[in-house]
Amino acid sequence: MAGAALLAAVTAFPLFAGNYPVKLLQEILIWGIFAMSLDLLMGYAGMVSFGHSAFFGVGGYVAALLLAKSPGLFTGLVVPAAASALVALVIGLFSTRVSGVYFIMLTLAFSQMFYAITFQASWLGAEDGIVGVPRPSPLGLDLGPPMRFHLYLVILVALAALALARVVRSPFGHVLRGIHDNEGRMEAVGYAVARYKLIAFVVAGTIAGLSGALYVQLVGSITPDAFLWTTSGEALLMVIIGGTGTLGGAVLGAAAFILLQSLVSSYTERWMLILGLTFILFVLFAPGGIVGALRGRVGLRA
Amino acid sequence: MSFPAEIFAQALNGLSYGVLLFLLSVGLTLIFGMLDVVNLAHGSLYMLGAYAGLTIIAFAGSFWLALLVAPLAVGLIGMLIERSCLRPLYRRGALDQVLLTFGLIYLFEDLVKWIWGGRIRSIPPPELFSGSVTIWQATVPSYRLFVIAFGLVMAVLLWLVIERTRLGAIIRAGVFDAEMTAGMGIDIDRVFTMVFGFGAALAGLSGVIAGPIQSAQPPMGATILVPALIVVVVGGLGSLKGSLAGSLIIGQAETFGKAWLPSASMLMIYVVMAAVVVLRPQGLFGRPLR
Repeated sequence: MAGAALLAAVTAFPLFAGNYPVKLLQEILIWGIFAMSLDLLMGYAGMVSFGHSAFFGVGGYVAALLLAKSPGLFTGLVVPAAASALVALVIGLFSTRVSGVYFIMLTLAFSQMFYAITFQASWLGAEDGIVGVPRPSPLGLDLGPPMRFHLYLVILVALAALALARVVRSPFGHVLRGIHDNEGRMEAVGYAVARYKLIAFVVAGTIAGLSGALYVQLVGSITPDAFLWTTSGEALLMVIIGGTGTLGGAVLGAAAFILLQSLVSSYTERWMLILGLTFILFVLFAPGGIVGALRGRVGLRA
Repeated sequence: MSFPAEIFAQALNGLSYGVLLFLLSVGLTLIFGMLDVVNLAHGSLYMLGAYAGLTIIAFAGSFWLALLVAPLAVGLIGMLIERSCLRPLYRRGALDQVLLTFGLIYLFEDLVKWIWGGRIRSIPPPELFSGSVTIWQATVPSYRLFVIAFGLVMAVLLWLVIERTRLGAIIRAGVFDAEMTAGMGIDIDRVFTMVFGFGAALAGLSGVIAGPIQSAQPPMGATILVPALIVVVVGGLGSLKGSLAGSLIIGQAETFGKAWLPSASMLMIYVVMAAVVVLRPQGLFGRPLR
């Protein structure tokens, strides 16, 4: 019930809000599913990735390249998500073999590799990136009018969120949680732990690619900065601030992050300082994030 | 300039960059070996070292004083971080600590912007090494030669401290099994603080050293972290030898990439990393992964 009410409010938001709040909401939605996909790795499978930006960026770049050629759903969403899935498969094959800090370092380095590639590739606009990306026209429908694009965005974000929620509640999701709790035990019971981790990595990468593609459609451009490990870091901050292992927390964290950023930067230049402090305080004193604090107990942390 | 002279000059450039990476990554690897934490704020400590050096040079006018005092200051900051932020998290496991060090990156970068401004600030090399010398027809800034010599001396000193002194024995024991070491009557908490402070001081030291080569600017901390981490991946976590080998390899890869493959120079170090990850996942000198 609450979910339906929230969905209705989000859908109808442009009817009673100005351009800027709507843009903020759309950013929250896109970053929300990006953070959710990272939470699938962090909160459920226990894999803290510092390279999630790789998939966001690949989705964004592929969408930007293809949408300029033909503005359809296939070019704007399907291929970008598939490309991210493929990249996630390759990176995952190497990085899911290791765990803990090694996993952190490898994922970080792989995502930076894409930064290095796009930064120097002239056919991808080098450091200026790709600008003037048109929005798709799904089934010939022009997404020019703001309300239409908003509806399109809400539908896709809702579908992605539902898909992730299904994954988490499925037997597959339970196995992931089991791996998080005790990898050795799951292995001993007979689960192919490595394969489960790889699949989780690919699923998360696919959704992250989708969010990157949607982001390009929202802002109309993409630069190598999308791949920077600070992009992964921001998603990580959102997950931690919201509450790991809750999915909904990731969206809450994205909302808190983006609203705080827009609020704080209108008062002071010291946004990064405040962000860093907030994050440190959350890690030290509220490891369960906002959701954990609301529940009045420490959340599901390792 | 003839062809071999150019190669020689590039190799020296690569060597000075590699030495810099060594000073940085050895701190990372020591801290990891001891505390099981990858200190993502290591680049920030390097940045603090550069800026502290800048200020000391501005007030005292001596590069050498900066080279001595700035690392001590950064080491002290490191000890403070370990005591106040990391210690409360030991019971919760390494990942929370890594996340915390990630928050510190934002904090320090903005603090530096606040105190010193966001502009690029150059640090002049010391008087003694401000010129350049010609070896084998190759003209090399003499400061780079100083960096190479200094780094190699530091590598030998570090090796002596770790392999030949009582303190080194305690550190090696702590890296091998911290709990057991505590059981032998060693105050492991103090050792943790010291090792973190020591690693931080090394990061600060490399910041001062890097100043005359790369200038000081706020994003320098986040930028240097990636090559430093790649060095650790290539060399193997927690290994001094690996840190040295990884730094020298990455230093050469980066420098020769820039000279010979300018259109894909940034990619070189990742190619090296990928090759190592495929062929030897634990790194050149790392213990086999489980």
